[in-house]
Amino acid sequence: MRYAMAIDTKKCVGCGDCVVACQTENNVPIGYCRDWVVENVAGTYPQLEVEIRSERCNHCENSPCVRCCPTGASHIVEGGVVLVEHNKCIGCGACIESCPYDARYSHPDGYVDKCTFCLHRVQKGQDPACVSVCPTNCMYFGDLDNPNSDVSKMLATRKYKVLAPEAGTNPQIYYLT
Amino acid sequence: MKTRRDFIKISAVGTGAVTLGLSTVKLAKASEPGSIFGKKAKNQVAYERFPTYCEVCFWKCAGWTYKDEDGKILKIVGNEEDPHCNGRLCPRGTGGIGMYYDEDRLKKPLIRVGEPGNQSFREASWDEALDLVAKNLNKIKKEHGPECVALFSHGTGGKMLSHLIKAFGSPNITAPSFAQCRGPREVAFAATFGEEVLSPERTDIRDTKCLVLIGSHIGENMHNGQIQEMSEAIDNGATIITVDPRFSTAASHSKFWLPIKPATDIALLMAWIHVIINEELYDKEYIDKYAYGLDQLKTHVKNMTPEWAFGITTIEPDTIRETAREMAAASPAVIVHPGRHVTWYGDDTQRSRAIAILNALLGSWGRRGGFFNPEAVHLPKYPSPAYPKPQKSWKDAFPGQYNLVHEVLTTGICDATIPNPDLGCHLKSWIVYGTNLLASLPDQKKTLEAIENLEFMVVIDTMPMDITGYADVILPECTYLERYDGIRSSPHREPNIALRMPAAEPKYDSRPNYWIAKELGKRLGLEEYFKWNTFEEKLDWQLKKVGSSLEEMKILGVKKMPREYNDLYSLNGEDYEFNTNTGKIELYSTELANEGFDPLPKYTPHPEPPQGFYRLNYGRAPMHTFSRTANNANLTALKKENSVWVNPRVAKLWDLKNGQYVWLKNQDGVVSSFPIKVRVTERIRWDSVYMVHGFGHKEKRLSRAYGKGASDSELVTHVMTDPIMGGTGMRGNFVTFILNDPKKEVAS
Repeated sequence: MRYAMAIDTKKCVGCGDCVVACQTENNVPIGYCRDWVVENVAGTYPQLEVEIRSERCNHCENSPCVRCCPTGASHIVEGGVVLVEHNKCIGCGACIESCPYDARYSHPDGYVDKCTFCLHRVQKGQDPACVSVCPTNCMYFGDLDNPNSDVSKMLATRKYKVLAPEAGTNPQIYYLT
Repeated sequence: MKTRRDFIKISAVGTGAVTLGLSTVKLAKASEPGSIFGKKAKNQVAYERFPTYCEVCFWKCAGWTYKDEDGKILKIVGNEEDPHCNGRLCPRGTGGIGMYYDEDRLKKPLIRVGEPGNQSFREASWDEALDLVAKNLNKIKKEHGPECVALFSHGTGGKMLSHLIKAFGSPNITAPSFAQCRGPREVAFAATFGEEVLSPERTDIRDTKCLVLIGSHIGENMHNGQIQEMSEAIDNGATIITVDPRFSTAASHSKFWLPIKPATDIALLMAWIHVIINEELYDKEYIDKYAYGLDQLKTHVKNMTPEWAFGITTIEPDTIRETAREMAAASPAVIVHPGRHVTWYGDDTQRSRAIAILNALLGSWGRRGGFFNPEAVHLPKYPSPAYPKPQKSWKDAFPGQYNLVHEVLTTGICDATIPNPDLGCHLKSWIVYGTNLLASLPDQKKTLEAIENLEFMVVIDTMPMDITGYADVILPECTYLERYDGIRSSPHREPNIALRMPAAEPKYDSRPNYWIAKELGKRLGLEEYFKWNTFEEKLDWQLKKVGSSLEEMKILGVKKMPREYNDLYSLNGEDYEFNTNTGKIELYSTELANEGFDPLPKYTPHPEPPQGFYRLNYGRAPMHTFSRTANNANLTALKKENSVWVNPRVAKLWDLKNGQYVWLKNQDGVVSSFPIKVRVTERIRWDSVYMVHGFGHKEKRLSRAYGKGASDSELVTHVMTDPIMGGTGMRGNFVTFILNDPKKEVAS
């Protein structure tokens, strides 16, 4: 099993609903976030392109954060989901430094926090909160090992890219372009 | 200068005991270390959920408010049965909890005290505050007549106050949603098709093959159902054509972006009509059967060629032709979107008419993928006596004008409040419910002049907005998560109803609108208009009349009902009589002709920015609604201030850097109260700037919103009034940059 997410940049409008939904679902303190929205503008008026992306932890197969964690708090569970065990985390921040996606933050309670793919929802058969709320329906979540999952189907039919492929982390968030 | 009615910052209230809402810190503890997915994560415990529909914007999506076992509201999630949201709330709906937890909320009734120039508010009991309101309203009724009271209302709760004011005897009930927003399109579509567009819009975006957006920035305006359908249309390969001087989010998702010179849209629309007629691309069968005035239209647009429009709009003739053909190829599954906030240049009804005519030529009205025919559940009114017949109205201030207007103009109320010896109706009292008039109306000077002339003003709101500072009495309403409200019944493909019920007791000393209305009714001798004992009783009575019940709706939240008529798409050759003078779709408007207006739309040039000035364009951000969410902690976390978009060429000229703060000064010398951050971006033309509406709050009690960003409303001092329907065209204002703090410069 290999959980992954595909995000359609042709539909995302950058509304930030994924951010708020994550916040209320996972009790992320106001002022912090596990996911965020990026807008890239290219070209000059009127020859323009804008790409809007919802970003989060890439749940990398080759995760520098897990490798560098001195306490083992950062670990990978079934489905390839990268998690932080809060009570093992000493808040040293090595993982924050190592992440090429800047996906982690120091929680005010003293541990490092990040996207969990809403595993508590996924285990109940639900989509992650961000996916379930998106008004543009631009996010697809599922098991890459299952060819019938939403995410597999999108990756089979659409062009896609990943972020910072040069980092060699084998990220599992795919952007449909 | 001290006036009779000073703006009072509510923070001046002496007691100021701040009871903090449930803090998010405490919520955060719900996920104890190691327990997020562990055996006993708190957010895995069975929630209790309560049906609601959102009040953060007018789309009113239905959802569920979830509470944990301690009774704390945790989150709001969309109701999957709801056609407004299909189970997916937008960021504002998801962030609606921020409204409930906002520690800056109005907490107690407040009464203005003191002499002019030395005024403040004091806290009062509900009895005292309501008695005072009733005393003043009765005094005005006795001395001037009940018609001298006006209600400004926005949102669901306004309906109960509207009932109260009608029972009291005044017809002057108004909302900014008409004259500051969608009024022109409603009048134009009614003149063309005999019917209004309504809300939610009857656009069949889900099934369209071509969606044309003219200044309508879907995606930045978060009209949930429409955005969802636009996504579906993108999935289905529909063509999107976006006309906007700014490279909007929608433009970035479009096959064609037409970067039009601002204020020239009618020229483009007329050229499109020219191409469609000239190349005989229109739906001949449909036009033959249903439309009136093709010949007049043909003659009218004869010279309105793409080449003519190019000189005005800067859009290449080939692009105009290509996009017109694209629309025609998709016909009738094509939507030239009527837009929503369309009060731009004062000829907005005519621009909306051009849009309506284009849709008619493409045969999209009443067709799949065009405009569907919505149907709503008709909820019977709870029994109450007939309203008294008013003897006068705001319209007495406009003899002979606005005959096509069937709603009350907000700005008309302002005019009718400022004394004029030649005119009949002088309003003496305003009740303002849920709308921050200083941000929602243009020309603040006029609004303040009107307020200055009032004998009495009461504001009912959940938050201390700018307008509350001018009130004589402030009544704190509880948020939508803490109250029942009227049943939501709105026109859609499938008729449906939705229930809002409280998920929690009202915080502080706030009360729901229906309680306020009933209590005022008692004190105004209007008890018989409020015969229900509890609001539940009223809702249950209404619901039982349409085959449901309060009990059922508490479980379902949303109930879809079968359509009474099988006419979702009714114009596929069926006989049909339109509600117009000719009984046809009026390409040539006999109604406008009768009123002395152009029966066919014409392009007229609008003033251009003077040297060193830029046209002020404004719009929405998807995470905010008007000025009402600017203090919502969940949403300010996404966007806490607005910025002014500036083209890099302009930035170079002014030596502006990204992130730098500047003040804006408009053509009338009005300077923004607060500085605004510069965003240098290619997404905007060099002749205009852009900012998101709703920021720059002056009320200090809004701890997150005060002084954040600049207010576009403040800079809209030049209003181009639509002679047909009184809409306030707001896009004829020009601004320049002030690089150093103007207050300091004056001081030195």
